[in-house]
Amino acid sequence: MRATRDAWWFVAPALAVIGVFFFLPVVAALGMSLTDFDIYALANLSNLRFVALSNYAQLLISPPFWHALGNTLYFVAVGVPLSIAVSLGTALALNSPLARWKPLLRTVLFAPVVTTLVAVAVIWRYLFNAHYGLINYALGAIGLPRVDWLGDPHWAMPSIIVFAVWKNFGYNMIILLAGLQAIPEELYEAARLDGATAWRRFQFITLPMLSPVLTMVGILTVAGYFQLFAEPYVMTQGGPLQSTVSVLYFMYEEGFKWWNLGSASAVAFLLFLIIFAVTALQLRVTSRLGVR
Amino acid sequence: MKSGPPAIAVNGFLLAAAAGTIFPLLWMVSASLMAPGEANAFPPPIVPARPTLDNYRELFAHAGMGRYLANSVLLTAAVTAISVVLNVAAGYAFAKLEFAGRDRIFKLLLGALVIPSQVAMVPLFLLLKSLGLVNSYGGVIVPAMAGIFGVFLVRQYALSIPNELLEAARIDGASELSIFRSIVVPLLAPIIVTLAVFTLLGTWNDFMWPLIVLSDNDLYTLPVALASLSREHVQDNELMMAGAVVTTLPVLLVFLALQRYYMQGLLVGSVKG
Repeated sequence: MRATRDAWWFVAPALAVIGVFFFLPVVAALGMSLTDFDIYALANLSNLRFVALSNYAQLLISPPFWHALGNTLYFVAVGVPLSIAVSLGTALALNSPLARWKPLLRTVLFAPVVTTLVAVAVIWRYLFNAHYGLINYALGAIGLPRVDWLGDPHWAMPSIIVFAVWKNFGYNMIILLAGLQAIPEELYEAARLDGATAWRRFQFITLPMLSPVLTMVGILTVAGYFQLFAEPYVMTQGGPLQSTVSVLYFMYEEGFKWWNLGSASAVAFLLFLIIFAVTALQLRVTSRLGVR
Repeated sequence: MKSGPPAIAVNGFLLAAAAGTIFPLLWMVSASLMAPGEANAFPPPIVPARPTLDNYRELFAHAGMGRYLANSVLLTAAVTAISVVLNVAAGYAFAKLEFAGRDRIFKLLLGALVIPSQVAMVPLFLLLKSLGLVNSYGGVIVPAMAGIFGVFLVRQYALSIPNELLEAARIDGASELSIFRSIVVPLLAPIIVTLAVFTLLGTWNDFMWPLIVLSDNDLYTLPVALASLSREHVQDNELMMAGAVVTTLPVLLVFLALQRYYMQGLLVGSVKG
């Protein structure tokens, strides 16, 4: 390796783009969140005033914001464990020596991940339809009552969670499958010779060996699920009764519908802080449990 | 060994999961071939009584689908082509060339991976507005011309290039650019394909940013157009299913053709460091 001025020709274009169109806006967002940037400031910058932390204070006493945060936490708290459970279940089955047609099944199970979110949300909106949706038809066939999935404030978020799990589980499934394949086969053979049951082998070999991967998957999935937006935008438009308004949906409306750009920046920053805090908490809990 | 109740349980579970996973996609195709109103029945039909392409004709003739498809193809191609070049060049330099502050800058980039892209959206919108790029193709292309993830992906892979190979070429008097073109790029070919597939799928499927930055109907990408159409045509399920097919089939086909590269990138990208 040698020091070279030519190196800058290789990195400068990418760094310039990332600097100007990512780092600069992130720093500016922090600054903007301390101003009352609104539609008047958009028209004429002389209407802009510094308001210190007042946007944050306003948000923290605003019921719609807390409602959006509550909805998002609900989505994360239920959606992430469910999503990882399905990923782990399918990864374990695919990793089993008994499984057949592995490459085909792996591709099929992964397919929803690469589909376009908006397009598949349109499909699911129809599957969830109260009057002629297939899900209600299937429930009726086994004697259960019809539910107005996307029209009932109690069921709209669970419906979105089911959809999100279907869309996303394949991603973590692939990562967990790679983690399972990295566990040495000898460990299982030794345990089998000692007479360990399948459940015990899972409990004392698979889970501990997989826990670093599970930790990482958990952190990435939580961060991703906090960014819920397109699902409610397409399937429920935040309704019914605001039951599916997420933090990002709230930010989108605050910023690009009402043009309260200062307040929207504060929402974005709060979301970032929350994700950061939850990630730190996850790392702390897992290190206390002795992972890594 | 491959028989008995455990094998039946494992394979039965996998087949049921696969059937449940693929069903909505197959049904999307089936419903897109139904006559208008046919899917609005109870019980919902599984296959069309008389398959028809009318919904596709309607979409392209009256709903502007051709235009949206062209927008999506153009934007995806431009973003993929430009960002792959910039990210590959930078990723290689971070791995194999020396420059002042290299490791500090790389650490800063890695740390910034935790910042959700939405934090930047509001000021980015104002920045692009002042550059006259809001409501134009440029508004989608320009901010996506390089990305931290892409630089990181290429850098991890480029670390494995032997230094002796580069040194030998330098002793022969080759310029850095010709070393990059004739030695580095061929060696990086697999990761370049991976990055291209990732970028292509990500750009095609992206929704929130194009929704914000494009306001003219004529500029809409497929996901933005489909979201808008689905708000207008709440009852036209067959038409919307055809729209969903047009939107998602291209990326599914790209994925199926280049699956190996996609899976590789997924694993490299998630096992950080």
